[in-house]
Amino acid sequence: MKQQIADGVDALIMDNRDHVATVLREIMSGDTVRYRDDHGIREITAIDLIPFGHKIAIEVLDTGDDVCKYGEIIGRACFAILVGQHVHVHNIEGIRGRGDRAGKAGT
Amino acid sequence: MNTFMGYERPNGDIGIRNHLLIIPTVICSNQVCSRIMQLVPGTVAIPHQHGCSQIGADKERTFEVLAGTGKNPNVGGVIVISLGCEVVDPYALADDIRKTGKPVEVFDIQSVGGSVKAIKHGTELARRMLEELERQPKVPIPLSRLKVAVKCGGSDATSGLASNPALGAAADALIAAGGTVVIGETTEIIGAEHVLAQRCATPDTAERLYHIVGRFEREVERMGADMRGGNPSPGNIEGGLSTIEEKSLGCISKCGKAPIKGVIEYAERLPEGGLYFMDSPGNDIECVSGMAAGGVHIVCFTTGRGTPTGAAVVPVIKITGNKRMYDRMEDNMDVDVSAMLEGAMSLESAGERIWQEILEIADGKWTKSETLGHQEFSINRIGPSL
Repeated sequence: MKQQIADGVDALIMDNRDHVATVLREIMSGDTVRYRDDHGIREITAIDLIPFGHKIAIEVLDTGDDVCKYGEIIGRACFAILVGQHVHVHNIEGIRGRGDRAGKAGT
Repeated sequence: MNTFMGYERPNGDIGIRNHLLIIPTVICSNQVCSRIMQLVPGTVAIPHQHGCSQIGADKERTFEVLAGTGKNPNVGGVIVISLGCEVVDPYALADDIRKTGKPVEVFDIQSVGGSVKAIKHGTELARRMLEELERQPKVPIPLSRLKVAVKCGGSDATSGLASNPALGAAADALIAAGGTVVIGETTEIIGAEHVLAQRCATPDTAERLYHIVGRFEREVERMGADMRGGNPSPGNIEGGLSTIEEKSLGCISKCGKAPIKGVIEYAERLPEGGLYFMDSPGNDIECVSGMAAGGVHIVCFTTGRGTPTGAAVVPVIKITGNKRMYDRMEDNMDVDVSAMLEGAMSLESAGERIWQEILEIADGKWTKSETLGHQEFSINRIGPSL
């Protein structure tokens, strides 16, 4: 873990390169979400409902961008994603284990 | 505490339980084995779906898992029960397990004369063998002899954030004490294999790790489908995991930070000392059964969604970082490290909590899954049924 989880944060990043944070309580659209990076506490505004344990975008992502968590690539954005949006199976996809794309170009 | 109380086997192995195991060589003898288990409390039967209509490496894998489970050091004695016409040779199986020096009996239902006579014969054997086992004293065993598997199943976002890193800290403690740790689930390092490969002790081991992941991924591609939905599973997805890469990157922290000394085959005997990778599926029961056949004493199992699973001959310690699930499924959970996510428990103290549980379970305390009688067992298949 990047750092000891402090009281008073609503979400957690695992590495400073991460594009997403994991929320530690259910977040409503319009809620302020606080997470900590090396520079201190950051605040963003959620624009979706985000269930406990799910991810919120802390960086803007374009279609096709790699998505990082743990400082590593966890998948690719299928659509443009705004800061504060719920990031999950509806807007990112896996790159590996894609038998549905086996043999097709660009995978 | 540098020792725990356990059982010494004739070949020098040490066990933390003293099971009398009843092995059906084929699905056709499952019912006879299960009846004997019911009639002789304290015995463990491992009914399964296999043992016939199998060839080649697939047949050998079934044999290796049955033999390995019999040879597991937590087993004190074995009864092998055959139908009499299957492909897994019961006498070769009994001979292989006898190499450990433990008592092994073997008979087949066709020769004995049907189910009723087989149940009677097996019950008499089991009662006699169990009396012998109950007379065996426990002796002090150094911690360095302990072999522990790390596994995760029914994962959610809390697994990668809390329970897996905490289990990793406990795994590091065991390796520092001279013990042995094995991690598996080849499917669930897809997307994280480059991180583990950097930790392999030799270039050959790293190459072997890439090889087994590539082989698994080609099998997935052969199915012509996206693996998402199968793994991550619907429950993983509901728990916040979006892709196999995300799940894998959260999985690997459960084995700690030691170098990976080698990659072993499914159900292969685990060497002594340090960290190893077992080529195995992510499927919980198949993976745990392969690790038990490899000779581990304990499986440490993290879960965020919650699963009751145990294993036939090894205690399974259930660890969670999900407070809501712990409150709902406390009957099935041994260790709660969810306070990590509230900032109320450090990674070090969570690791210490798991380490203490490992020591107590090794010393004889029952896990929740043992108390509830969970004895799941399943053999990984790699060939068609003929």
